[in-house]
Amino acid sequence: MATAGFLHAGPVTETGDERKRNQQDYVLRTVEERGVRLIRLWFTDVLGRHKSVAISPAELETVFDEGLQFDGSAIDGFSRIQESDVLARPDASTFELLPWASPDEPSGTVFCDIVNLDGTPFEGDPRQVLRRNIERAREEGYEMFCAPEVEFFYLAQNTGTPVPLDRASYFDLTTTDISSDLRKRTLHMLEALSIPVEYSFHEDAPSQHEIDLQYTDALSMADSIMTLRLTVKKIAMEQGVYATFMPKPMNGVQGSSMHTHLSQFRDGVNAFYDGGDDDLSDTARSFIAGLLHHAREITAVTNQLVNSYKRINEGYEAPRYVSWARNNRSALVRVPVTKTGKSESTRVEYRALDPACNPYLAFSVLLAAGLRGVRDGYDLMPEAAVNFSELSRAEQRELGVANLPTNLSEALDEMEDSELVRDALGDHIFEWFLRNKRAEWTEYQRQVTPFELEQYLPNW
Amino acid sequence: MGRPPTTPPLMNPLLVFPDPPPPELAQALDLGGWVWKAVDDPDRAVVDEPDEGWAGAVVVADTDPEAAFLMCRRLRKGEMPLEPLLLLVGAAQVADLELRDDLFDDFSLTPVRPAELEARLQHLFWRTGRGTRPELIEYGPFALNLETYQAAVNGSPLDLTYMEYELLKFLASHPGKVFTRETLLSRVWGYDYYGGARTVDVHIRRLRAKLGEEHAGLIHTVRSVGYRFGQSRWGV
Repeated sequence: MATAGFLHAGPVTETGDERKRNQQDYVLRTVEERGVRLIRLWFTDVLGRHKSVAISPAELETVFDEGLQFDGSAIDGFSRIQESDVLARPDASTFELLPWASPDEPSGTVFCDIVNLDGTPFEGDPRQVLRRNIERAREEGYEMFCAPEVEFFYLAQNTGTPVPLDRASYFDLTTTDISSDLRKRTLHMLEALSIPVEYSFHEDAPSQHEIDLQYTDALSMADSIMTLRLTVKKIAMEQGVYATFMPKPMNGVQGSSMHTHLSQFRDGVNAFYDGGDDDLSDTARSFIAGLLHHAREITAVTNQLVNSYKRINEGYEAPRYVSWARNNRSALVRVPVTKTGKSESTRVEYRALDPACNPYLAFSVLLAAGLRGVRDGYDLMPEAAVNFSELSRAEQRELGVANLPTNLSEALDEMEDSELVRDALGDHIFEWFLRNKRAEWTEYQRQVTPFELEQYLPNW
Repeated sequence: MGRPPTTPPLMNPLLVFPDPPPPELAQALDLGGWVWKAVDDPDRAVVDEPDEGWAGAVVVADTDPEAAFLMCRRLRKGEMPLEPLLLLVGAAQVADLELRDDLFDDFSLTPVRPAELEARLQHLFWRTGRGTRPELIEYGPFALNLETYQAAVNGSPLDLTYMEYELLKFLASHPGKVFTRETLLSRVWGYDYYGGARTVDVHIRRLRAKLGEEHAGLIHTVRSVGYRFGQSRWGV
């Protein structure tokens, strides 16, 4: 009976402002009761790197009221021509105690929104960008749920040639235990941080692991991915190993992806579920069409590193072709088969994402692309019946199947021409991102790589 | 702290039938420090129900048994059966209780003896998993302090986000009762939520994660209905 009518049927016990105040009071009380010594204010730069400022409990109430002022010019993507100061405003609903802090010195953490000194959302803050996109979707009645499958590698160290732990285990039995202990301890920490894990397992490649998160709303999920990356790295470091979310750290084995399952709920029900024999609703079909139509434009955001394209190009299960299918892992969008009648679990899986993306920006462009398809009633191409990677170029061309961009430069060209991406990210981030990533590409192009040295030096 | 924390009402009122109740009952309840509100018909019981629900009910059946049993039925057969319910009957009515076991949790004879009423109410609240100290909810290894907002399992603190705390507080305040996801949304979230009942599932899953494998079972999924904290009244 979850209908729109029900939405406002309950007793309205708090207004938005009251709730915010109650949340803040709850946090202040918890900080006091638990003897919290330090509160880490977390936020994210435009590239998706985790930033943290610590304050003392005594400052927290003021920071709730007024925000914490800091100079944004040192943060990637925060700099502006005129005013460089911004405010970090803690989102009290995200307050957690850090489960790995010593019990004698509890420390808390809270995600922040970045605002301008006049209180308006700061255009360089990825979390605010995602908020804006979610708000737009809500105006049309949609709430997106996301469930990512995050892959990563454990390595012996973070420099030089990557050495997986498992390969070492061929000689040394105890190291296998290390990586399963690591994962177990990591899961325990994630659950203590309100991040429920659906599955976790050892992936195909040596020392590669996957953690599948239980679905939640896009903003909470983007926060969760930030926390997950930090947690995985932190627990690995405790054991003297290194965890990496780099998309393709090793030659000859598959890279790390972050396949993400998406669904749209409207009036409390899954808008992707049709109810008939065909399990996909028209909304689902045009949402997928939106993802596919704009796939090439959003790839620079979903796969933002030079290295990301080494994974996409490698083959294995990476989706190189702009297509969709129910059971074809070479497709960019997969529709997992769900049990009949399980209306809530009808969803689509976007397979291009890698775990080095900025999750706030990546979810923003996915949401914008899918909903553009719904809004404008895009037609969905036929389901891919063949594995494209087995076809010749000519056959692919005949089927009219587009490739995803094969390198960062091509992806940036696509993005630059995209009104959709500009609109989803806002001018500030859109332009900064292009500038920053063009520079990264130029720098990469200037490098003489080990490949070249190995191939050319002996022969030329 | 600058602002006073929002304290929950110390105790939700008991529903008392009829309105006005016999003077000796009113006196005995006041003496025991119970917060109560008299209602005269089942519709009134719905209209007057506090946001957090009635704490329990005392129904006097010796003057108008028909109306009293109707009241009990309405309180017990709804979406959220009210408990504990103490029924007060005249000695001659004891036979009428046969086949009506589902309508009350305990009964006592009129006229009311304050000490007995107090003991029965205390025992009922203890048995249904709620202490009468409203600032503390205890259930097996689980404790929730409503004054400090702190939860604990086996004495170890359970650190919750605000919405997790609010949800757990609501569920644990009504142990054994099954709530639909829609009821939980309206009672816990009020209006400020998106995504419908799925939001409830998300938070239940988070709570279970925090309770840990050993205690995740404190929150039961009742198939095609919703969620329940603790054991059902039927021990299933």
